[in-house]
Amino acid sequence: MFFVVVPAYNEAKSIGRVVSDLFSHGLHNIVVVDDGSSDDTSEVAKSAGAVVLTHEVNRGQGASLQTGNEYALANGANMVVHFDADGQFNPADIHGAVEALQNKNVDVLLGSRFLDNRSQMPWTKKYIVLPVAKLVNRFLTGMKLTDAHNGFRILSRRALEKINISQDRMAHNSEIIKQIKMHNLAFMEHPVQVNYFEYGQGMGGGFKIILEILQGRLIK
Amino acid sequence: MLIIQILLTIFFLFALAKVVGRWRAGDLRMTDMVWWLLFWVAAIIVVLLPNSTATLAKLVGIGRGADLVVYVALVLIFFIIFRLIIKIELLNKDITKLVRKISLDENKDEKNNLV
Repeated sequence: MFFVVVPAYNEAKSIGRVVSDLFSHGLHNIVVVDDGSSDDTSEVAKSAGAVVLTHEVNRGQGASLQTGNEYALANGANMVVHFDADGQFNPADIHGAVEALQNKNVDVLLGSRFLDNRSQMPWTKKYIVLPVAKLVNRFLTGMKLTDAHNGFRILSRRALEKINISQDRMAHNSEIIKQIKMHNLAFMEHPVQVNYFEYGQGMGGGFKIILEILQGRLIK
Repeated sequence: MLIIQILLTIFFLFALAKVVGRWRAGDLRMTDMVWWLLFWVAAIIVVLLPNSTATLAKLVGIGRGADLVVYVALVLIFFIIFRLIIKIELLNKDITKLVRKISLDENKDEKNNLV
């Protein structure tokens, strides 16, 4: 079974379109994790036909993804794709990505904005924020990737069973990469399109992620 | 006696009473209560007998007793802050676990039409 996990926090405006776009691309089992939204995210997602899991209080994107993963695992998933709720991703990318993952027989597929030129991003992001983020990722996780902090990924059942996201907020991205390495999961990168409506994390967000990762290392 | 000594002693006695009160109310474990009692009693002794710290300060190579008190206090405060941050983070992880379990349990009654 194939699941799409969409973490959503106050995305009532876009979640309906994202869910129906996914359906119209032939996808099923769309799981929206409403992360304690104060707007109608749950209702909109439900009426669009998604399975909705509701966090009573906001726990962050990492926590939402892990909730979706556990739901999918418990319901017999053999593959899960992580998809953003704000409409930045293109659902048409999913089929190609699944095929690529099956052809290469890997456990994890990570989306990358740099393997083709469909993603138009602000130059500050492309030439300053992302290169720095990539370096930090490489330093903290020891993996060399063409992109950093791209929310598009597909996990096989084996990967789902191994990967446990404990970083509740935004540092889960690096955490997942770290765990791919730790568990020796076979992975690949695949081109995806990301449309920017807003700036995304920005610099401040990047620093916050680094802090979260370092803090996470202290705790465990 | 200096006025500051009287004021501080009164405050420390008040703090002592609070510690005992919290323990009686069940908000503080026995061992924690004993530590806090010792702490505030020590504080009272230091305030009433300021020279008592001087000997100890000399022993470890610090000039004045008051300096020793400040150093020790700072080290303790930072250590406690560190412990608190860790504790809050662990609480956060526990809350996430609960929130996740509730969200998964609540969904069990729904018809999800999985294919």
